[in-house]
Amino acid sequence: MRAFSYERAKSPREAAAALAADPAARFIAGGTNLLDLMKLEIETPARLIDVNGLKLDEITPTKDGGLRIGALVRNTDLAADKRVRKDYGVLSRALLAGASGQLRNKATTAGNLLQRTRCPYFYDTNMPCNKRTPGAGCSAIGGFTRTLAVLGASEACIATHPSDMAVALRVLDASVETVGPDGAERSIPIADFHRLPGETPHVETALARGELITAVTLPRPIGGVHAYRKVRDRASYAFALVSVASVIHKDGSGRVALGGVAHKPWRVEAAEAALPRGAKAVSEGLLAGARTTSQNAFKLTLAERAIGAAVTEARG
Amino acid sequence: MKFDTPATTNPIDQLKVVGKPVDRIDGPMKTTGRAPYAYERHDAIPDIAYGYVVGAAIAKGRITSIDLSRAKAAPGVLAIVTAAEAGKLAKGDFNTAMLLGGPEIQHYHQAIAVVVAETFEQARAAAGLVKADYERAKGTFDLVSAKDGATKPKDGGPDSAFGDFDAAFAAAPVKLDEHYATPDHAHAMMEPHASIAAWKSDKLSLWTSNQMIAWGAGDVAKTLGIPRENVRLMSPFIGGGFGGKLFVRADAILAALGAKAAGRPVKLALPRPFMFNNTTHRPATLQRIRIGTDQAGKILAIGHESWSGDLPGGGPETAVQQTRLLYAGENRMTKTRLAVLDLPEGNAMRAPGEAPGLMALEVAVDEMAEKLGMDPIDFRVLNDTQVDPEKPSRPFSQRRLNECLRTGADKFGWSRRAKTPGQARDGRWLVGMGVAAAFRNNLVMKSAARVRLETSGVVTVETDMTDIGTGSYTIIAQTAAEMMGVPLHRVNVRLGDSSFPVSAGSGGQWGANSSTAGVYAACMKLREAVAGKLGLDPAKAEFADGRVKLNNQSLPLEKAAASGPVTAEDFMEYGDLTRTHQQSTFGAHFVEVGVDAWTAEIRIRRMLAVCAAGRILNPKSARSQVIGAMVMGAGAALMEELVVDKRIGFFANHDLAGYEVPVHADIPHQDVIFLDETDPMSSPMKAKGVGELGICGVGAAVANAIYNATGVRVREYPVTLDKLLEKMPVLA
Amino acid sequence: MAILDDLQLSRREVMATGAAVGVAAAPGMASAAPAEQPTLMKVSFTVNGQRQTLELDTRTTLLDALREHLKLTGSKKGCDHGQCGACTVIVDGRRINSCLSLAVMHEGDEVTTIEGLGGPEKLHPLQAAFVKHDGYQCGYCTPGQICSAKAVLEEIRAGVPSHVTADLTAKVEFSQAELRERMSGNICRCGAYSNIVEAVAEVAGAKA
Repeated sequence: MRAFSYERAKSPREAAAALAADPAARFIAGGTNLLDLMKLEIETPARLIDVNGLKLDEITPTKDGGLRIGALVRNTDLAADKRVRKDYGVLSRALLAGASGQLRNKATTAGNLLQRTRCPYFYDTNMPCNKRTPGAGCSAIGGFTRTLAVLGASEACIATHPSDMAVALRVLDASVETVGPDGAERSIPIADFHRLPGETPHVETALARGELITAVTLPRPIGGVHAYRKVRDRASYAFALVSVASVIHKDGSGRVALGGVAHKPWRVEAAEAALPRGAKAVSEGLLAGARTTSQNAFKLTLAERAIGAAVTEARG
Repeated sequence: MKFDTPATTNPIDQLKVVGKPVDRIDGPMKTTGRAPYAYERHDAIPDIAYGYVVGAAIAKGRITSIDLSRAKAAPGVLAIVTAAEAGKLAKGDFNTAMLLGGPEIQHYHQAIAVVVAETFEQARAAAGLVKADYERAKGTFDLVSAKDGATKPKDGGPDSAFGDFDAAFAAAPVKLDEHYATPDHAHAMMEPHASIAAWKSDKLSLWTSNQMIAWGAGDVAKTLGIPRENVRLMSPFIGGGFGGKLFVRADAILAALGAKAAGRPVKLALPRPFMFNNTTHRPATLQRIRIGTDQAGKILAIGHESWSGDLPGGGPETAVQQTRLLYAGENRMTKTRLAVLDLPEGNAMRAPGEAPGLMALEVAVDEMAEKLGMDPIDFRVLNDTQVDPEKPSRPFSQRRLNECLRTGADKFGWSRRAKTPGQARDGRWLVGMGVAAAFRNNLVMKSAARVRLETSGVVTVETDMTDIGTGSYTIIAQTAAEMMGVPLHRVNVRLGDSSFPVSAGSGGQWGANSSTAGVYAACMKLREAVAGKLGLDPAKAEFADGRVKLNNQSLPLEKAAASGPVTAEDFMEYGDLTRTHQQSTFGAHFVEVGVDAWTAEIRIRRMLAVCAAGRILNPKSARSQVIGAMVMGAGAALMEELVVDKRIGFFANHDLAGYEVPVHADIPHQDVIFLDETDPMSSPMKAKGVGELGICGVGAAVANAIYNATGVRVREYPVTLDKLLEKMPVLA
Repeated sequence: MAILDDLQLSRREVMATGAAVGVAAAPGMASAAPAEQPTLMKVSFTVNGQRQTLELDTRTTLLDALREHLKLTGSKKGCDHGQCGACTVIVDGRRINSCLSLAVMHEGDEVTTIEGLGGPEKLHPLQAAFVKHDGYQCGYCTPGQICSAKAVLEEIRAGVPSHVTADLTAKVEFSQAELRERMSGNICRCGAYSNIVEAVAEVAGAKA
């Protein structure tokens, strides 16, 4: 870990401005991913701006009947919130399927969105990685790919996004609220928040330099049966091989998004019309264009079967 | 003392303390965080600087240059040692690769430098500034492609033959010929390899985490080129080993080199992501098993071949060992072949040989039973042998495998197992049961101890034996208490110090029986000395209730120490009972799994082990050894695999997120039954090992249960859902 | 200003001054120190009821502050990456991985470590239950398991749901399945899980 200075931010706007002005600065909140990466010198900030004091830790109702989740709300608190449990069960479920109790107590809503990939080659600084060093090449392609992406990957990167929470937010059509260094606020639809790797896998989100996440908003509840099916070898404390966030209505219609398969939560709205016809039908559209390796091809079958389980269980 | 005739009645048979499920005597220290592990000896030495290791970025080749300039200039740095600075280092007797590499690099993450600084943070940061350039050499990393070039190892009896296997197998009416694969496994003990080194002129003190103190002291001395008597190793608490701490590793040598260079004591722990490629691992195997039987299921021919790889000069995984002894059959063969691989060093991990060997053999046996239309327990029972099948004149000292199987079947509800796979359902779960035999030889090792009757009447035991979680502290205390007739709380046990008499150490499940037998020998000597001091006939005196009694006389034990402590030292060594009798431990593992009908996720629902392993010295800690081994076996069955990147030559998933070991949620309540047994051939303790028996066969029992649940047979471990998915039943 | 750039300050001097300094002032938006130069900062928090003030390299984790600076070595370093749980401590009533938290981020916090739960002469009920049920072997993960277990029982009482809670809208009930899921962030390679669950269940008052 490189040496860094540490300071506590006083306001969101001030924090954003400080970050924008200093390319070596990073925000820190829960720290559960950033410190992990700093120890390995995958992240090497010279300056940490602690945003924990910014009072962004409340969950409040929105005017249009949804919820506004402060960026600093801990994963434990979000999952345990009565309103979330009642109306956005898929979100509670996704959070509770992730990490461990200890990590959820520290990890924040914004930090969860900003988690970096768990690709083993990204984690080993001896291995070329386009995420760590743009243009260096991808060591994962042709290597150990069992856990890596089958959808939306590129020649530059086949990493997956590790978040469970983000998959639920995607199915809930959440938005990410930010404040910029100039004080400008904006709202980014979750669908646009995470990017596919393309030629620039180091650019992972739509955030501009210095832009600070202040909240995530959920639209008003949509009803339906909420489920988050996380499939993994180990029964707990493991990243998803494939996960399915689903909201299914009585008539069989609904929404479904996948985790563990791409550089971002994977949802194809157009494919969802086929949901009432079952998992196979919806998977045709959802998994279209998949590119697999011999090690991760199973993810397609697994995704379809996991969707099948979700659909069947939702129908009771 | 020499043990060369079967044990008769002795003081241990009183079983006032031995054999009781007493709480561990080190429990209060461990549960309150007061037990000091190697990296934590602030109490022992002040002014400690911090070492941090730098590892090779390539699997094979040479360092062409190392630039230390930035690291040396970094804040707080006191010293940097590379192979060039270290001067001539030897390779330890128990190491295959050099612990400090360079210029030649033998495997990925081989240590190439140690950076010593005032603080941990400074040492770690400076280590990141060491820049090495390499010239890569072509390496061999793929066991499958290296298999055909594998050769017969020089040592260890790689081949065995009895009868005419080829002819008998060819003629057998029912035959199985299958291939199996087990991957590389990591010990992944919770405490990383760690050491504190301090020099006082030319004498080295090393607080380290090591299972085998005498081996360790010897190899530290050899590696550094200093006299053995100048090395003191201390390892009173060890945060898990499983074979991974049998040998001196880079932490100890680098701490010693760093301390010398810095002129300060140095502490160093191997960073977790570094351990998987830097230290040893259980090597992967490819196995072929052939079994031929008559129509009734009697084995006519059994053959087991195994291929594994290691660095040049390394050894094979002896996966065929158990097949020489486990089942009857007049025509037999085994073959072990070793390929050269440039992966990190392979070596012993909990039940080396049997653990991966039984993962294959006991699946093959399950498959054979199915071919015969027999219950797999009946098939095993039918093929039991009470003698060494290769030397029928040589009986087992004890062999109650059939009773383990039958007892377990009864307790586990084996009769409820679906005869046809894929038939039992519980909601979304396909349910199956599996069984496997457990088998591991009992090894006996020379072991010494020193016992002292203090003036207070407390008995102090000193031996360089280690407690790696096995319960050595407690069973040694129980042994001394029984022998000297004092309550447990009047025994002090001091372990893991090379200034103490040399023990068997912790390995090969020999520790419990061998180390307590050494304490027994020393206590016999102390009894003589005490009786002599009290003027009693040592042969007839009774030691009980803190007193020494004979006829009408009853004297307090401490009276013998009135004029000063009474000390006795002795060792137990062994005659040829292990040659005349085959000493082994036996068990049966029963597992019930659920396999998700949709996703093929596998979850263990129930586990039972029935063990026959001689006298159980402490049923509480012995049971823990067995359940813990069952957990490790479950991990091997379901998730554990060091993934080899065959292009680069390293284990790619080198941290505890990538290399998954079981967590709480993977493991149900576990049951263990010990058959009531004593084995007078093993030692005066009449005990044998259980710590490795517990893992033997578990993986196969899980795999067999998965087959019973799904009808899908997987012969390549771990059995993960991707290997089942395409063959799972079609659902809506 | 609490940020110091004094490179000459050795660790021993840090320790010596660390005991003497008062409450650290919260730093403002100071400019970054030059790369590779350690930044030293004062931080005060309470550990097991005792107020501690330290002057630390900003890189120091809470775990290393406890182990290396306060000599409270009961909290263990198993992986230093949040992948094992051996470093679990309780901060302001919540269990966290102390290896993934900077010490300077704990200004004013209340930290409870295994040493604060009980000592060998006066065991906490969980510590006693671990001994009774042999809920450990090598002992290295044990302090983390016990700290975690203490917090888990409080989480269940507080109604925090888990992955295995069947009904998110109902009251959270204690069960062994709940324990197993919630304790899964604490790896025990010795495999004492079955015994640990029985020990914790006994303390929880549930049938083991």
